[in-house]
Amino acid sequence: MTVLLDPTSERSPTIRPRLPRPERLDGLTIGILDIAKARGDVFLHRLGERISERGVAVKHYAKPTNTRVAPLPLRQQIAAEVDLVIEGLSD
Amino acid sequence: MADDLPQNGLVAVVKRDCPTCVLAAPVLGDLARNVGLTVYTQDDPSFPETVPGRIDDTGLDVSHRLKIEIVPTLIRFAAGREVARTYGWDRGEWQRLTGIAEFGRDLPDARPGCGARNVEPGVIERLKIRFNETGLSSRRIEIGEDEDEQEAMFARGWSDGLPLVPPTEERVLRMLDGTARDPQEVVGQVPPALAAATVEKIAINAVMAGCKPEYLPVVLAAVEAVLEESFAMHGVLATTMFVGPVVIVNGPVRRGIGMNAKGNALGQSNRANAAIGRALQLVIRNIGEGRPQEVDRATLGNPGKLTYCFAEDEEGSSWEPLSVERGLKPGQSAVTVFAGYGLQGIVDQKSRDPESLAKSFAGSLKALSNVKHAPSCDALLVVCPEHHRTFKNAGWSKARLYEELYRLCEIPGGELVAGARGIAEGGPQSLDGKIVNKFRPGGLMIVRAGGDAGMFSGIIAGWSAGGPRGSLPVTKEVRN
Repeated sequence: MTVLLDPTSERSPTIRPRLPRPERLDGLTIGILDIAKARGDVFLHRLGERISERGVAVKHYAKPTNTRVAPLPLRQQIAAEVDLVIEGLSD
Repeated sequence: MADDLPQNGLVAVVKRDCPTCVLAAPVLGDLARNVGLTVYTQDDPSFPETVPGRIDDTGLDVSHRLKIEIVPTLIRFAAGREVARTYGWDRGEWQRLTGIAEFGRDLPDARPGCGARNVEPGVIERLKIRFNETGLSSRRIEIGEDEDEQEAMFARGWSDGLPLVPPTEERVLRMLDGTARDPQEVVGQVPPALAAATVEKIAINAVMAGCKPEYLPVVLAAVEAVLEESFAMHGVLATTMFVGPVVIVNGPVRRGIGMNAKGNALGQSNRANAAIGRALQLVIRNIGEGRPQEVDRATLGNPGKLTYCFAEDEEGSSWEPLSVERGLKPGQSAVTVFAGYGLQGIVDQKSRDPESLAKSFAGSLKALSNVKHAPSCDALLVVCPEHHRTFKNAGWSKARLYEELYRLCEIPGGELVAGARGIAEGGPQSLDGKIVNKFRPGGLMIVRAGGDAGMFSGIIAGWSAGGPRGSLPVTKEVRN
């Protein structure tokens, strides 16, 4: 294991905090990622409808297979186009 | 391990790689047989063959605890305490220490020993870490075995965008060898967080920037300089304008650490130039928490905010170095920091007299920030050797060039009024009829640097808030 010395003022924790949750969804675009698990598309489609009804922009994405990580171009596209992502992780 | 040391009697520490230890091996054998001797061997556990009960100290624990510096070292213990020590081979000393009158008759009278393995660079640091003797107080951050340490550092926001040298304890200890200053000495409070910059914290950032230990005194001086109140580091960082600290190095340290003042002095590839400037920026980033998109609000920034550091070419100059002009003694090493950015070239391949060349310089200087601005920003004029030669041959001192440039940078106020020359930017109507200087008094600085060929000088423009109401250049002596 490598041990490094902290170059900072040490005012923040060494374990990186999660990104803060947005306080409001107004004006944000939500990505919905279907990881290609069975019937995930049905659930996520309905979720997308409910979010759209609240006036929040939604974009849909799908992984080609749930067995592998999302292809790099897809990850980059999502990062460039939306502010947050919802994905279904199981059946 | 120390428990293995005898309470009473003789201890020797040796290594096979030392010819003096090899020479003394028969004597060690005699002492072990006749009076009792405990031998610790630092490199080859089979050495010395003359002492069957030798003890393997290839881990160097005992050597470190005994603070061995030279091998062979011979020590006498009495009642668990060291009472006598000698090193190298010296028959008289060994006889005195052992109390035995006759041995080693076949050997020369004396031979110097060799450096002990436990104090070799790279080894001593590991031993200090193992025995918790580093004195380093910074938080330790463990990087997982399967984690890429570069990515781990990027993820923590420590980088300026380029890879970093991982600041391991070994590297930071070696970096601190570059200064006699106490690692816990506080050099200053780094804005915007106003967090304490200890020598240790600065050394960590210097490691990451790629510095060698001998660069550290220059980095420390540069940090001290930007933390002077008159430099206004907080403002230099927070401004939407382009500037960052530019570091100019004078004096013997330039050549001592291999800085570049010649061809491409402001360019790439010289490690000292690049790493010192980068270390300063990393100190502001990591200790001061001065990061883009946070307190650093620069609209465009400039590439020099990665690193901007060079040495003045003092050799062959007829002008006093910048540091001397600013009050230090000739031969003193110094850094001067200037809030500046970029480089505006002055191409003049035809002027052969100083009057013409000074006009060329002034014309370019008057364009800084905006042709409609005066007084405008401060400026650092970097005169290349071929241009300097023209002034030197005509007997123009640096003071003379300053005088001429200030005179040539006077501008009729009517040209500066908002709307004049078809440009909405500009000053109030009251400027009309007045003469306004492009620079405040003292707003120009001149240094000499660059390759021997090429009539290409340059201007490093300053911050529009240059001067006493904003940032003033600061010069600090480099102390070891």
